[in-house]
Amino acid sequence: MNPVLAADIAGVTCLVAGALLTLVAAIGILRFPDVLTRMHSAAKPQVLGLLLVLAGLGLRLRDPAAIGLLLLVALFQLTTTPVASHMVGRASFRSGQVRHDLLVLDELSDVLAGRGQPPDGSSGRPSG
Amino acid sequence: MNAVLVACLGVLGVAALLLVVRISLGPTMLDRVVALDVLVAVVICGLAIEAAVHRHTTTLPVLVVLSLLGFAGAVSVARFSPGSDDVEEDES
Repeated sequence: MNPVLAADIAGVTCLVAGALLTLVAAIGILRFPDVLTRMHSAAKPQVLGLLLVLAGLGLRLRDPAAIGLLLLVALFQLTTTPVASHMVGRASFRSGQVRHDLLVLDELSDVLAGRGQPPDGSSGRPSG
Repeated sequence: MNAVLVACLGVLGVAALLLVVRISLGPTMLDRVVALDVLVAVVICGLAIEAAVHRHTTTLPVLVVLSLLGFAGAVSVARFSPGSDDVEEDES
């Protein structure tokens, strides 16, 4: 097979897979019951879907300068998405917007409760 | 092959519509932040597919900017949402 045509077909396949993954994640975000489950669904297009689309675009363009920029986009997305997800999950749990009946294992509530009401009357962290 | 890519743009449009429904429904601010973050990813995917259809590299710097913009928005809203800052709770 012609290598140019093969690269085009592989690129279009990656683009289609990325678009379908984004649609599935959007359906999940609409239908899941609380913030943490929606974050689970939201991580898919932000990492795998975007990487598939960028790989497809790189296979379609076949230009070294363009591929460098696409790698930069992938690097930024891979470094910033975990930080943003951590901040959102932390804020949602601490403000009580998580459905505790859906959690399988919950170790953070005990830690937060123990820190808020210390048994010996002193604050949980050293004051100074 | 271009018809397949235009169909992909339609799929992304449906995904964006579902996300806008979630943003309008809420119920909390963090739900909206998560959906908005994904909406930024959908916009990046849409621009990338448009660039693949026309085989141009004009919109690639826009992709770099968008990938950082969604991060800044999500982190700032999560940081200033109530209950996220345990240091202030200790001092009050």
